[in-house]
Amino acid sequence: MKFLATSLILVLLLPLTVFATDAVGIDPAQELLMVRVNNTFPDTMSALQNAVVKQGYQLIRVQRVDVGLTKSGYKTAEYRIVFFGKKKEIRNLSKKHPTLIPFLPLKIVIYAEGDETILLATNPAKLRSFYPDKSLASYFTRWERDFRAIMRRTKS
Amino acid sequence: MHVKTASPTGNFFRIGVSLILVFWFISTTGLAKASSGAAPGEQLFSDNCAVCHGNGGKGGVGVPLALPDFINNVDDDYLRISIKKGRPGRVMPSFPSMDETQISAIVRYMRSWMGKPAPHFSRTTISADARKGKQLYQQRCATCHGANGEGGKGTGVTFSRPRDLPILAPALNNPGFLAAASDEMIRHTLVKGRKGTPMASFLKQGLSHDDINNVVAYVRSFDKQNKNTTHDKLASEPPFLVRESGYSVEQTVKNLKDAVLSANMRLIRTQYLEQGLTPPGDENKKQVIVYSCGFNFLNEALKVDPRVGLFLPCRVTVVEHKGKVLVMSVNPKRLSVVFNNTELERLCDQMHRTYVDILEEATL
Repeated sequence: MKFLATSLILVLLLPLTVFATDAVGIDPAQELLMVRVNNTFPDTMSALQNAVVKQGYQLIRVQRVDVGLTKSGYKTAEYRIVFFGKKKEIRNLSKKHPTLIPFLPLKIVIYAEGDETILLATNPAKLRSFYPDKSLASYFTRWERDFRAIMRRTKS
Repeated sequence: MHVKTASPTGNFFRIGVSLILVFWFISTTGLAKASSGAAPGEQLFSDNCAVCHGNGGKGGVGVPLALPDFINNVDDDYLRISIKKGRPGRVMPSFPSMDETQISAIVRYMRSWMGKPAPHFSRTTISADARKGKQLYQQRCATCHGANGEGGKGTGVTFSRPRDLPILAPALNNPGFLAAASDEMIRHTLVKGRKGTPMASFLKQGLSHDDINNVVAYVRSFDKQNKNTTHDKLASEPPFLVRESGYSVEQTVKNLKDAVLSANMRLIRTQYLEQGLTPPGDENKKQVIVYSCGFNFLNEALKVDPRVGLFLPCRVTVVEHKGKVLVMSVNPKRLSVVFNNTELERLCDQMHRTYVDILEEATL
C-alpha cells in the first residue's frame, strides 16, 4: 500500500512542478501567440468569430483598423481586431482588480498577408509577470489555453 | 519486537511500479509536450516558423528563407544557432526550449527546399586587420548594413503593405548573427555575394582576399560593442500607466477627450467597458473607455512592425474604484519587449510619452 501511496503523491505533485516552471517566465518565442492560416481574410475572420463563440466567449465588436487607415489616405490590407469576453468574468475582475482593465476585454488581431491570414495575440500567460496576484493566475492560464484553442480551431 | 524487512527485489519492484505510474501519467496528460523529436521538420517549421517566415520559407513578417543563394550558402550551424539564439531586437525570437533533435529536423526540412547538401565552413577565427577593414566597411557596406552594423531599416517583409525590397540587409552587429555566422561564412558571402539581392561579390568589385579578410575581422569586432541593456530596462517598466483624478468620472472623461484632441489624435469612440456584453443601460457607468487614433503615427508603426496592432486602438480608461477616479492606459514601453523589435521601441517610447501627457492633462 505504501508504494502505491508514494506513487499517487508523486503523480499529484507533478502538475505543481509544471506550474512552478511556468511562473518563472515564458519562452521568448511564446510571448506572442501567432498563427498563419492558409485561407483568405474573409473566411478566416468568419472562422475566428465562430471559434471565439464556440470557446464560450461573447463577441463584443470588431475594430476595422484598415478602414480608418484607408479613409485617412493610407494603403493597407485588411487589418482588424476582434474583442471578446465573458460578462461575469469582466465584471468581477474589473471590480476586484481595476488595474487589469487596460487589458480588458480580450482581443485577437487579424490581418491579411496576401491570400493568407495572420492571427496574433499577446500570450495571456505574459500577464502573470505583470500581475503577480495569485488569484489571477488561473484566469491567465485558462485564457492562454482558450486563445490557443481558438487559434487552432480557426486554422483548421 | 518484530522488525519488518523488505527484500531488495521487493523494493525494486515497488520503485519500478512507481516509475511506470509516473511515466504513464506524464504521457497520458500531455505533460510530455516538450519531449518531442518525433514530429517532422515540416510540421515543426509550420508550427514555429511559418507564421513569420511564410509557408515554405517564402517570407512574411520575417525574411524569406527559401532563397537559393541564401540557403545554399549558409551552413547548418548558422541555421541551428540562429534558431536557438534568435536575433535580439530584430523580431526573430530565441527558442531556448527547443531541443537539438527538433532544431535539426527543422534544418533538414529547410535543406530540402533546394535539395542541395549543406556547405561546411570552418569556425576558425580569421586573423586580419580590423582597422583597415573598418575603412572598407564604411565605403562599401555601411550604406546597406548601417554605420555600426545595425542593419537595414525595417525588420522584415510583409505583403500587407508595400516594401522596396524583398529582403533587408542583416544587422551584422547583432549578437545572434555573430554567434551563428562563422568568419569563413562571412568571407564566403563577401567573395560570392548574394544573387537577387544588392549584395555584390567584393572579389568582382576588385577587392583582394586580404581586403575581404580585413572586412571580416572588422565585422567580428562588433562582438565587443554588444552591450544591449535596453531590454532589461524596459522589462522593469510597470505594465500600465495610472493617474488619480480629482474630478468626477464624467468630468474626467470630458477632460480626457480634450487631452486626446490636444495630442493631435482623432477620437474614435467612447464606451463603457461592459458595452456589448450586457443589454444597453445595464453597463457599469463608472468604467468608461475612450478610444482614439493618430493614423499617421499608426501607419508609421505598422510599417516598422505589422504586429503593432496589439496596441490598437489607443485607449484610455476612466474608472471609479473605492471612491477614487483612476485614469489608466497600457504602458507601451513595457509591452514593446514582447515584439523583440528595437525599431519599435522608439515608437513605443513616443507612444508612452503621449499617453503620459494625455493622462496628466486629463487629471490636471
